Amino acid sequence: MRHTISVLVENKFGVLSNVSGLFSGRGFNIESISVGETLDPQISQMTIITRGDDQVIEQITKQLNKLVDVIKVIDLLEVDHVEREMALIKVAPRHDQKSEVLRTAEIFRGRIVDSSPKTYTIEVTGDEKKIEALIGILRPMGIKEFVRTGKIAIAREGSK
Amino acid sequence: MKKMTGSKIILEALKREKATTVFGYPGGVVLGIFDELYDDKNISLILTRHEQGAVHMADGYARITGDPGVVLVTSGPGATNTVTGIANAYMDSIPMVVFTGQVPTMLIGNDAFQEADIVGITRPCTKYNYLVKDVNDLAYTIKEAFHLARTGRPGPVLIDLPKDITAASCEFKWPDKVEIRSYKPKITGNKPMIRQVAAAINKAKKPVILAGGGVVASEAYAELLEFATLINSPVTTTLMSLGSFPASNQLYMGMPGMHGTYCANMAIQNCDLLIGIGVRFEDRVTGKTSDFAPKAKIIQVDIDPTSIRKNVRVDIPVVGDVKHILKDVNTVLKEEGSKPKWKELQKAWLKQIETWKKEHPLSYHQDTDVIKPQFVVEKLYELSKGQAIITTEVGQNQMWAAQFYKFDKPRHWISSGGLGTMGFGFPAAIGAQMAAPGKLVIDIAGDGSIQMNIQELATAVINKLPVKIAVLNNQYLGMVRQWQELFFEERYSHTFLDSHMIPDFVKLAESYGVVGLRASKPSEVEPLIKEAFKVKKPVLMDFVCDWKEKVYPMVPAGASIDNMLLYEAETKDKKRKVRVVK
Ligand SMILES: Cc1ncc(C[n+]2csc(CCOP(=O)(O)OP(=O)(O)O)c2C)c(N)n1
Ligand SMILES: [Mg+2]
Repeated sequence: MRHTISVLVENKFGVLSNVSGLFSGRGFNIESISVGETLDPQISQMTIITRGDDQVIEQITKQLNKLVDVIKVIDLLEVDHVEREMALIKVAPRHDQKSEVLRTAEIFRGRIVDSSPKTYTIEVTGDEKKIEALIGILRPMGIKEFVRTGKIAIAREGSK
Repeated sequence: MKKMTGSKIILEALKREKATTVFGYPGGVVLGIFDELYDDKNISLILTRHEQGAVHMADGYARITGDPGVVLVTSGPGATNTVTGIANAYMDSIPMVVFTGQVPTMLIGNDAFQEADIVGITRPCTKYNYLVKDVNDLAYTIKEAFHLARTGRPGPVLIDLPKDITAASCEFKWPDKVEIRSYKPKITGNKPMIRQVAAAINKAKKPVILAGGGVVASEAYAELLEFATLINSPVTTTLMSLGSFPASNQLYMGMPGMHGTYCANMAIQNCDLLIGIGVRFEDRVTGKTSDFAPKAKIIQVDIDPTSIRKNVRVDIPVVGDVKHILKDVNTVLKEEGSKPKWKELQKAWLKQIETWKKEHPLSYHQDTDVIKPQFVVEKLYELSKGQAIITTEVGQNQMWAAQFYKFDKPRHWISSGGLGTMGFGFPAAIGAQMAAPGKLVIDIAGDGSIQMNIQELATAVINKLPVKIAVLNNQYLGMVRQWQELFFEERYSHTFLDSHMIPDFVKLAESYGVVGLRASKPSEVEPLIKEAFKVKKPVLMDFVCDWKEKVYPMVPAGASIDNMLLYEAETKDKKRKVRVVK
C-alpha cells in the first residue's frame, strides 16, 4: 500500500540525511521526498511517499518518531488531505505538432514558462494522475526532459 | 563573568555531569583539551592503547555504574577507530558520550589532514550526534548529550569538536535543565493497557516471563522479582539480562534462544502467555519467528515503541519504563483480591517446568586428560563464590560463560549481545574494574577474541587494575568451527589459529608485566584459578582446552527454538567417561 507521510522536523543541519539514512539503513522504500520551510522557520516539513504493508508502515512511523529531531509524524492515508505535485516538461515537437502541444497544455491548465524556436517548457501542477496523463500524451510528440517536484500534501481543514 | 576556552568548558561540563573518568587517546586537534587535562585534579583520563579499547572500557564502565561512559579521541583515524565500540554500545543500549576532535571549521569538507566525517559515519549507530559550530553552544550541547544518552532507551551520543571551537572562548553557562520538544520518552504505562496485562495474567494457565536488557537499564530487579513471585510464573532472561533475576530462584529457567536451555525454549513454545519485559525479541532469541511461541498471547513492555512488533506479533503492547510499569502491574494484581486463582491454575505448569529442567539440564562430559571449557567456567563460578563480575568475548566462550556461571545479582554480567564484538570483553573488564575497584573482575575469553584488543594489557598493568583473563584456549575460532563441523562437513576453512603455540600467551602476558599462568590438565585448573585470584595484579590464565567441544543445546539457524540439538544426543557415540550433570 502506498502512503503519504508528512513529517515535521527541526530545521537543522543533517536532519534530511538522518531521515533518508533511516529509510536506506532499514530497507524502507522512498518513492519521493520533498522538504520545505513551514510558517515557523525553525521547523521544516517533509512529505515522504513510501510503500509497505501495515507492519512496515507502523515501523516507518515509529522509527521516524524516534529520531530526536522529528517533532510530528502524520500518515496522511488516515486523514483526508490534498496532494499536489509540480512538473516542468520540455517538449520539442515536430513543426506540425506545435499547436497540438499548446492545446494539450491548455487542457491540463499548464503554462508555457519558456520557449525557444524548437522547444516549449510547460509548467503543470496537480495530483500525480494528472501529471502522468499529461506526460503520457506529450511523450509521442517528443519530450526532451522533465523534472518533478515530488508530492507535497496537507490535511483538509476539519478532518481528524 | 570570566571567559573560558572550549577545552575548559568540556572539563567543567564533565564535572557537572559527575563524569570524571574518561577513556581516551590524544592527537593533533585535541591537544588543547589534553593540555587542560594536564593540571586537572578532578578528571582522570585513562590512556588506552587503541581507541576501540577506550570505547569498550567506557562501555564496561557504564554497564556497572549505569551512568554514561565517556570517551575522548582525536579526529580522523582516532574517530573512525571508535566506530565498532559505538555500534556495540548502540546495539546494547548502553549510555555513552563520545567526544571526537575535528579539523578546524573552515577546513571541514576540504579533505584536510585527518579529517573524517564522523557525524556522517556514526549517524546510524548513535542515538544522536552533533557537530559543534559555535563555542557558545558547547555547554548546552554537552548537557543535552548526557541527557539523551541516559534517558529513554539509553545509547551512545557523539560530539564532534572542531579545533577552533575548543580553542575559542566564551562565558560558561550551565543550563539547569534540558528541554527538547521532539524528545519526550514515555515513562508511565497507559492504565487501560496495564489492566489488560493484569486480565491476561488472571486467565493464564501457562505463563512465561521473558526478561531482557531493559530490566537492567531501568533497574527493575526488585519489581521483576515481586512480579514473578506474585504470579508464580517461570522466568527466562536473555543474554542481555543475566542476573536481573536470581539464577538460584526456583522459578528461573536459564537463558532462551539459540544456545538457551531446553527448559526455557520448551516453556516459551508451550506457554499460553508470554510476558516480554524490556526485550526486543531478537532473532537469536526467537529462532524462526513464524513458529515462535505459537500458542501464546504475547505481552510486550518496552520504553522504545519501535521495539514493539518489530520482530514478532504482539497482542498487548505497553510503552513505558519497565520499572514503572511493573510497579503498576504489581499494584493492580494485588488489588485484584486476596486469593488469586492463578496459583492453582498454574500448578500443573510449574510441574511441567520442573520436568523439563530435569529432562535435559545443561551438561557436559568430564574428562581426566583434557580440560573441558565448561569445567573451567564452573570452577571460576565455584571459586569466586558466584560473586565476580564476568565479562566475555564472543563465541563459544561467551555461551559457556552464560550457561555455566550462575548470576544471582544484576550488573555482574557484561557481554556484547547485539553486535557480538570479538575483542570487547577484555577492555570492558578494565572499564568494569575502574567502576568497581574492590571487585573480582574476570574476562572469560576465547583465544581468537582476546587477540583483538590484547594491547590493553598495558592499560591494565599501568593503571594497577587486577583484571583476570581466563582464555578458553581451543586453538580455533571455535564457534565458527562448530558451524563448520555441523553444517559444512567439517571443512575447517580458516578457523585454525594454532594458538597453543602462537602466541605463547604466558610469555605475552609476562612481557607486559602481567602474570601469565597455564593449565593443560583438568587437575591443574583449580589450583591455577586459586593462585590467580590471590594475585593483586592482572593475570592471564591460559587454559589449554578440548578443541572438539561444542556449545549445546543448539537451535540451528532458521529453525524454531524447540528444535534443539542436545548434548547427550549429539555426543552419545563418543564414549566419554564421566558424565557431569549440575
Ligand atoms: C570482530 C568480529 N569478527 C568476527 C566475528 C565472527 N565470529 C564469531 S565467534 C568467532 C570465533 C571466536 O573465536 P574465539 O575468540 O577463539 O572464541 P571461541 O568460539 O573459540 O570460544 C568469530 C570469528 C565476530 N563475532 N566479531
Ligand atoms: Mg577459540
